[in-house]
Amino acid sequence: MLKHRPLMLKLLSALIVFGAWEIAGRVPVSYAFPTFIDSMAALARMTFDGSIFVAYAETLQPLVVGVLISAVFGIGLGLWIGLSKGFEWLFSPIFIVMQAAPLAALIPLLVMVYGIGLTSKVFVVCIMAMPVIVLNTASAVRNTPASLKEMATSFLAHDRDVLLKIILPAASPVIFSGLRLGVSAGFIGAILSELKITPTGVGDIITYSRSIADYPSMYAAIFSIILLAVIFLNLLEKLEDILFEGNNRGYAAD
Amino acid sequence: MQPIKPDTRQAVTDSAVSVRNVSKVYGDVQALKDLSLEFPRGELTSLLGPSGCGKTTLLKIIAGLLPATSGEIEVNGVKVTGPGPDRSFVFQDFALLPWASVIRNVAFGLELRGVAKSEREAIAEKYIREVGLAGFEKKFPHQLSGGMRQRVGLARALSVNAQVLLLDEPFSAVDEQTRRKFQEDLLELVKNEKKTFIFVTHSIEEAVYVSDQIAILLPRPSRVSEIIRPSSFRDKSVDNIRRDPEYLDIVDRIWASLRSYVE
Ligand SMILES: Nc1ncnc2c1ncn2[C@@H]1O[C@H](COP(=O)(O)OP(=O)(O)OP(=O)(O)O)[C@@H](O)[C@H]1O
Ligand SMILES: [Mg+2]
Repeated sequence: MLKHRPLMLKLLSALIVFGAWEIAGRVPVSYAFPTFIDSMAALARMTFDGSIFVAYAETLQPLVVGVLISAVFGIGLGLWIGLSKGFEWLFSPIFIVMQAAPLAALIPLLVMVYGIGLTSKVFVVCIMAMPVIVLNTASAVRNTPASLKEMATSFLAHDRDVLLKIILPAASPVIFSGLRLGVSAGFIGAILSELKITPTGVGDIITYSRSIADYPSMYAAIFSIILLAVIFLNLLEKLEDILFEGNNRGYAAD
Repeated sequence: MQPIKPDTRQAVTDSAVSVRNVSKVYGDVQALKDLSLEFPRGELTSLLGPSGCGKTTLLKIIAGLLPATSGEIEVNGVKVTGPGPDRSFVFQDFALLPWASVIRNVAFGLELRGVAKSEREAIAEKYIREVGLAGFEKKFPHQLSGGMRQRVGLARALSVNAQVLLLDEPFSAVDEQTRRKFQEDLLELVKNEKKTFIFVTHSIEEAVYVSDQIAILLPRPSRVSEIIRPSSFRDKSVDNIRRDPEYLDIVDRIWASLRSYVE
């Protein structure tokens, strides 16, 4: 019973949210707000006629490429900033500005430079995803307990051992939380780029169904993105469990 | 030419560690000033002194974790320039890897030396048993009490088989009963392991109980003010030491010389 508690709680909270959505749709809060059941019906229809898969084939390209670039370069850059003593003042501000910048205002600039193709969209995903990954990684690395590094040194660790056996495992919880935040932001970036640059993929479904007032389809598309993001984040959590098995011991909430 | 002459009764046996005229300055704080001290091989030497007088600093300089501002350290006649396989450290704050099991923590020093997994785990198991943690090999640090964690740190230091053990207040996190048990175990260890122990403690009684030699440090900037070598009760059984007149006498003497710094 207790073992299934987290799952039960998740289901319960999902039930409450969907229930509230259904009620709000029935009231209705706004004529443009469909009920949960209508939206699910639209999602089922798009799944069976395959249009949602076609759309995701399009949307996932900048998303996957952007998230991969952000993860690899973000963690790499974060490690470098965190390990180097003098460069923090130089690089951290760039990413803090990137994190705070109004992305919508930057998009026309990107389009001017890189056109309306995949490159611009990948850029938008990276701008959204990268800063939090870099900043989290850098601060996690910098906050590695000095006593653990000292311990390793006293037992004759090489720099490489200190990095792989002390700094990375110690930093991994914060790095992964940065990755989770970055991936969520990347999802937002991918959709934003499809809404602001050229309507393709899921962004196209949203734009198009809104223009013809097919609100259930619009909300179905939005819902599918959230669902995908949740699935992806859960996979990421599994990956963390596999890579850093010992980490959730002693840190885990319960 | 030395300003402070250490007690001359020492230097009968050869030294495993020699500290010569070591000074350490942190920014504007002078932690150690011209400190000289010999640590006889196979014996346990305690460093006793007021808080902040530089005991941890001295231990880390001997370990090669901190550079001395001036002066030099020799271990087995070789000048210390960094950490080496001849010394191992038991840290005041344990410094265990929270993501690693007890056995991996204990074997960590050997892991860093590239010893094969099966071999290092066999060695680690032996020392886990020796510090009384058999059965806890697969547990993680957060599942252990403070005293048990301290013993993991001790087992890790023992497992690399270094000639010199540097122990920084290794019994600070345990209750009085456990502490007495540890002190007895430590006496056994000194007898069986034939290693040189350098032991930092705040407790006068503990220092007198376990030591072959006690070095009393003055407050900052720290030098050795006195070296005491208990002579008569070391061979007695552990139960009788605390009743020995010399034991009580030395405890009183140390308290008399330290109390002026407390007031
Ligand atoms: N990294 C450092 N930077 C600056 N000052 C330091 C540093 N480490 C220690 N000190 C200073 O050096 C002095 C000696 O410190 P140390 O930790 O060696 O004392 P200690 O004798 O081990 O004290 P305690 O018994 O409380 O553990 C202290 O006054 C402390 O303020
Ligand atoms: Mg100390």
